[in-house]
Amino acid sequence: MAVLARADREALRAALADGAPLPGWTRLRGPETGLLMLRGRMGGDGQAFNLTETTITRCTVSMDGRMGHATVLGRDAAHAELAAAIDAAMQDAAFRETLRQRVIEPLAAAQEAARARDARRAEATRVRFHTMAAMR
Amino acid sequence: MYVSVKGGEQAIDAAHTWQAALRRGDAAVPEVSITQLREQLGLAVDRVMAEGACADPELAAQALKQARGDTTEAAFLLRAYRNTLPRLGASLPMDTGAMRVERRISATYKDLPGGQVLGPTFDYTHRLLEFAAPIAAPPVEATEPAAAMPRVSDVLAREGLMARDAPSDAEPADITRDGLRFPADRSLRLQAMARGDEGFLLAMGYSTQRGYGNAHPFVGEIRIGAVSVEIVPPELGFAIDIGEITVSECQMVNQFAGNAEAPPQFTRGYGLVVGRNERKAMAVALVDRAQRAPELGEDVKAPAQDAEFVLYHCDNVESTGFVEHLKLPHYVDFQSELEKLRSLRARWEAERAS
Amino acid sequence: MIAPGFADPGMDSQACFRALLTAMSYPGRIVALPSPTGMPSGLPPAMAALVLALCDEQTPLWQDAGDDAAAWIAFHTGAPAASLEAARFVMVTAALPSLGALCAGTDEEPQDGATLLLQVAALSEGAGWVLQGPGIKDAARLRVDGAPDGFVAARAALAPIFPRGIDIVLCAGDRIAALPRTTRIAESG
Repeated sequence: MAVLARADREALRAALADGAPLPGWTRLRGPETGLLMLRGRMGGDGQAFNLTETTITRCTVSMDGRMGHATVLGRDAAHAELAAAIDAAMQDAAFRETLRQRVIEPLAAAQEAARARDARRAEATRVRFHTMAAMR
Repeated sequence: MYVSVKGGEQAIDAAHTWQAALRRGDAAVPEVSITQLREQLGLAVDRVMAEGACADPELAAQALKQARGDTTEAAFLLRAYRNTLPRLGASLPMDTGAMRVERRISATYKDLPGGQVLGPTFDYTHRLLEFAAPIAAPPVEATEPAAAMPRVSDVLAREGLMARDAPSDAEPADITRDGLRFPADRSLRLQAMARGDEGFLLAMGYSTQRGYGNAHPFVGEIRIGAVSVEIVPPELGFAIDIGEITVSECQMVNQFAGNAEAPPQFTRGYGLVVGRNERKAMAVALVDRAQRAPELGEDVKAPAQDAEFVLYHCDNVESTGFVEHLKLPHYVDFQSELEKLRSLRARWEAERAS
Repeated sequence: MIAPGFADPGMDSQACFRALLTAMSYPGRIVALPSPTGMPSGLPPAMAALVLALCDEQTPLWQDAGDDAAAWIAFHTGAPAASLEAARFVMVTAALPSLGALCAGTDEEPQDGATLLLQVAALSEGAGWVLQGPGIKDAARLRVDGAPDGFVAARAALAPIFPRGIDIVLCAGDRIAALPRTTRIAESG
């Protein structure tokens, strides 16, 4: 679900493009856009507080008697609906493995590569001090 | 006496048409797109997101464009749009300790686990206008990723020198539902400041450094980066990750003399803001610490320590509403002032003549 | 599998709200609501529609229609389940609880009083109770089949605490009639 939520509509469509289409589905709820109150913690680790709201879009679909859910950041209804449909299809043994290979794994790899790239960029800006002794 | 304030519809239409034309500017110059604003004026977009209290970069960029770059007007537009959406829930508290850090610096420890990571910053630039187009080189990449970065406050806490904030999942105050009420607890103060005006909070924070408030702060840590957003949908009953959001966090360390119950130790001021905005996170952390004065048994003498003063005036949408309402017709009020003044003047002249 | 809600949540909720506004503005007038495409058994369509249109995660709700209804309401509206005393919306399909137990708001915030959605067997205009009060010219007649025993007296007992009080929407099939707290049932013949 995290991989589908962190992808975008185009990435999901592209990943689904070559292969058997998903079975049809009906909408049970949404796709609907609303607000999520984002919470933080005082001092990073203390009592929870409300930071600000953000937009989210959620969708629940029914596919061959299986329910698929998705909630994504932002306002893209098609992204949420497609993610919910993939979630439903993944519960079907006939689709699970092919979807894992065609959709989830490539998207997860791309997302991990982007995270690793950012971490290497951050590391490149780490200061290397030249001092005689470490100081605490 | 009542003065007619009807009419002006045509004038208003014409004024809006002119405003729209000015917003577009010279038609010979290509129109700026919302995507361009989001990508190339990201810090302005982040400011609008924070003050508009809605962390959606596309909406914030749209508001900024519609407002001709007026960030306060854009925040107003974003707040108004936000009010049309239903609240679908609240996230689990975000774990900034697990942030994918792009910038993390500490002014208290030079060598700390994970190191000083500068990230994208204007610090160390010479503040010279670059008349030649700046070179857009791809960012440098190290061969290894950055290491894990524990919080600086944990280092001090391990030595027992840092007052901890007790973890709690008590339902926090929510300014969007309850409004401001005093005394405002810390959760309400942090929320109000997160959406407060950056300039106002910066000035308040600055005032604590200049002697208006008992502060001698150190930046324990600033960190900026992406944190995961998790929710627990009732129909699932377990937490799911729905993506990441970029936040700026500041831990400001202050000495505390101690009192009957607590030994001398460091205390923290905390600032958390959506988007990349360390200036505001620092200002919030300074003001947060100042406002903890009553809780820590310190005297409340300075403006920044006065929660009512700061919180009532930090919201720029509210401030601009009340300041700008003065330009609306006050013909009747003014007429009565005028009559009163004329009668006072008549009496004054009569007394002088006698 | 959870049943769906409104076919077009935005428009249907809006139409439902407008119809309720009419019902509240003219106590005793019967209006029909758009029905959801699905709902749990045991919920009259009008009650299901009102819950979809009015409830969200900010409106604690008490209901007696069972687990299916609870799951359906939570899924579509996010309204948290609450005790009778804390609920902003109270849905009654069976025995009427003591009306005095419901939240009636405070003198400062009378709008916090609960809204009671009450299932009845049938509604018709022109006969039955004689209603008087704001929104009614002279008198309105509303016949309510299947109102719980003692309902009229229990409701009348709340009149002295005005502006505190509860507002009631009677639901039969896809139709409703409203009894805001300002409406008096002058004759319950």
